[in-house]
Amino acid sequence: MNRINQKLQEDKKLLSIYFTAGYPSLNDTAGVIEDLEKSGVDMIEIGLPFSDPLADGPTIQESSTKALENGMTSELLFEQIANIRETVSIPLIIMGYLNPMMQYGIEAFCSKCKEVGIDGLIIPDMPVDVYHEQYQAIFEKYGLLNVFLITPQTSEERIRFIDSISNGFIYMVSSAGTTGAKNSFGNAQETYFDRIGNMNLKNPQIVGFGISNHETFMQATKKAKGAIIGSAFIKHLTKNGTESIKEFVDMVLDK
Amino acid sequence: MKKTYHVNEKGYYGTFGGAYIPEMLYPNVEELRQQYLEIMYEDSFQKEFKQLLKDYVGRPSPLFYAERLSAKYNTKIYLKREDLNHTGAHKVNNTIGQILMAKRLGKTRIIAETGAGQHGVATATVCALMGMECIVYMGEIDIARQAPNVARMKMLGAEVRAAKSGSRTLKDATNEAIRDWISNPVDTHYIIGSVVGPHPYPDMVARFQAVISEEIEWQLQEKEGRSYPDHVIACVGGGSNAAGAFYQYLDDERVNLIAVEAAGKGIHSGESAATSALGEDGIIHGSRTLLMQTKDGQITEPYSISAGLDYPGVGPMHAHLYESKRAEFISITDDEAMTAGLELSQLEGIIPAIETSHALAVFDTRKFKEDDIVVLNLSGRGDKDLNTYIDYFKL
Repeated sequence: MNRINQKLQEDKKLLSIYFTAGYPSLNDTAGVIEDLEKSGVDMIEIGLPFSDPLADGPTIQESSTKALENGMTSELLFEQIANIRETVSIPLIIMGYLNPMMQYGIEAFCSKCKEVGIDGLIIPDMPVDVYHEQYQAIFEKYGLLNVFLITPQTSEERIRFIDSISNGFIYMVSSAGTTGAKNSFGNAQETYFDRIGNMNLKNPQIVGFGISNHETFMQATKKAKGAIIGSAFIKHLTKNGTESIKEFVDMVLDK
Repeated sequence: MKKTYHVNEKGYYGTFGGAYIPEMLYPNVEELRQQYLEIMYEDSFQKEFKQLLKDYVGRPSPLFYAERLSAKYNTKIYLKREDLNHTGAHKVNNTIGQILMAKRLGKTRIIAETGAGQHGVATATVCALMGMECIVYMGEIDIARQAPNVARMKMLGAEVRAAKSGSRTLKDATNEAIRDWISNPVDTHYIIGSVVGPHPYPDMVARFQAVISEEIEWQLQEKEGRSYPDHVIACVGGGSNAAGAFYQYLDDERVNLIAVEAAGKGIHSGESAATSALGEDGIIHGSRTLLMQTKDGQITEPYSISAGLDYPGVGPMHAHLYESKRAEFISITDDEAMTAGLELSQLEGIIPAIETSHALAVFDTRKFKEDDIVVLNLSGRGDKDLNTYIDYFKL
C-alpha cells in the first residue's frame, strides 16, 4: 500500500508541510525533510521550483526564484533525495508545475519518483482531463498518487468527478487566492469546510492555502483530515534558518 | 473531415493549446469557454462591436497600395493600415471585443497585462469608454522603460501595478494578472492582449482580430478583382495581429502565410525572441505551445529591440502553423528591422512600429514574383518607438 494511503488511515489529524527544494541553500533539501519528520510532521510536499509559479503567492515565488538561482533542477532534486528512504519513512509528495516535468519527460519523471521513494504528485496546472486521458496510466504504473485541488468555486459535480478519479486525498484550497499565510479563517471558509465535509467523499480532504499557526490548523482540520502549511513555513525558514524547524512544528501543534 | 488550422472543439490546434490552468481559475475560464461563441455571435453583440469599430476605432482601416515600395522590390505590395486605428495599433480590435464580452458576462472589474504598454493603453481606453475599473499589470522594468505609455494609462484612469516577481517583464506581468484573477474570480474579467493563454482566449482573440482579414478580402476584391492575396506577411510576438491577418485564409492554401519573428541580435546570439526556432513544446500561461526555456523547463527571458515581440512563447495557433509547415516562419534581426522601418518612412511616408518593421524587413531577405499580390499587416504606428529610432539612427 502507498505510504500516503497508510498515513491517511491513522486516527489523527495530519500535518503536512511544504517547502521549496534547494531553499534556503541548495543542499538543504534532504536535511529539511529529515528534520521535518523528526519534528513530528506527518507528510511532506517537496516543492520543485519553477520560474513562473502561477498559483503561488509572493513567499513561495521568492523561495522558488532563490532556489533556481541556487542552481536547483529536477535532476539535482532526484540526486539530493536519492537515499532519502534510508532515513525517512513518512509520505513524500513532489509539488510542482507541469512544464519542468514535461521537459524531464513525464514517464521518466514518474519512474525516477518511484526509484527514490516519492509517493505522489501535486501538479496544480495539470488539467483533470489531460491527466485522465494521458497520464493516469503512467502514474499508476509507477505507484504514484495524483492529488487534485478543489476550491470554494468548484462545482459539486466537478468535485464528485475529481473524487472518482482520486485514490489518496483531495487538496482543498481554503479560499480564492494564491498561496500565502492568513491569520484566521472567516465564516465563508467555515461554511465551505462544512459543505465539503458533508459531501461524504470517498477521498479524505486536506486543506491548504492560508494555514499558518495552531489556530488556523485547528479550524481547517475540524472536518478535514489534515492541513498543509507552505508559505508560513518558508517564512520561518527565511527568518530563522534550518536550525529551528522543530520550533515551528511545535508552534503549529501547540506542543 | 476537411483539414483545418482552426481550433478544435477541445481547444487545441493540433497538439497545441488547451487550458493548463490551476483549479482556482477553472470556473472563470470555463464560464468564458461555455459562453464566448454564443455571446460573440448574438446580433446585438455584433451590432455594437461593428458600430464601435467603425465610429470609435475608425474602421475599416485602409488597404493601401504601396507604389514606391512595390517598385523597389518588384512585386505588388499592399499595406493593411492597422496603424491608423485609434490608439495606434491593431490591439484595440480585441479590447473592444473583450470589454463588450465582459459587460455581457456581468463583470465590473477589468485586469490586463502589458509589456510595452500598447495593450495596456488599448485596455485602459475601452475601460474609460465603458466606465469600468481597470487594473493593468506591467513588469517593474517595463514601467521604467515605457514611461509615456504608463502616463497614458494613468491619464485614462487605469491603475498600473508593478509586477515585481521573476524577471519583472511581460511574462511576469501576465503571471500577476493571472494571480489577480485567481484572487478575484467572480467580478473580474481578464482581457488578455494576444492569442495566448488558456482556451478559449487564443480563439476568442483571433476571432476579434479576424476583422483585419475580413476587410482585406473585400478590399482586395475591389482593387484586384479577387478576394485573396498570394502572400500575407505579419510579425509575431504572441501573434494577435498575425492571427487576425491570417484568419480568413488559414484554410485557403492558395495563400502563403508568412510569420515574422524577432531574431534580436541573431537567433543564436543568446539575445533573441525567435520562439519557433528556439522554443520547445511546453506550457506557458495556461497554454501548451512552443516556448523558450532551459533544458530543465524554466522559462527564459527573450530579447528584441521591439518590446512588443519579446514574449517567450507564441500563440498555439502559430505553433501549429509552424509545426505543420502551413506558415513560413522568418526571423529578422534588430538591425534588419530598423533599416526596414527607416525605408518605409522614406518611401511611403509612414513611420511603422518597430514590431511591424520586422515584417517589412522580409522584402530584403525573401524574393517575391513580379505579379504576386502581397499583403503586409502594418500592425502599428511608430510614434511610441521614436526614442528607439532616434537612439539607433542618431537622429
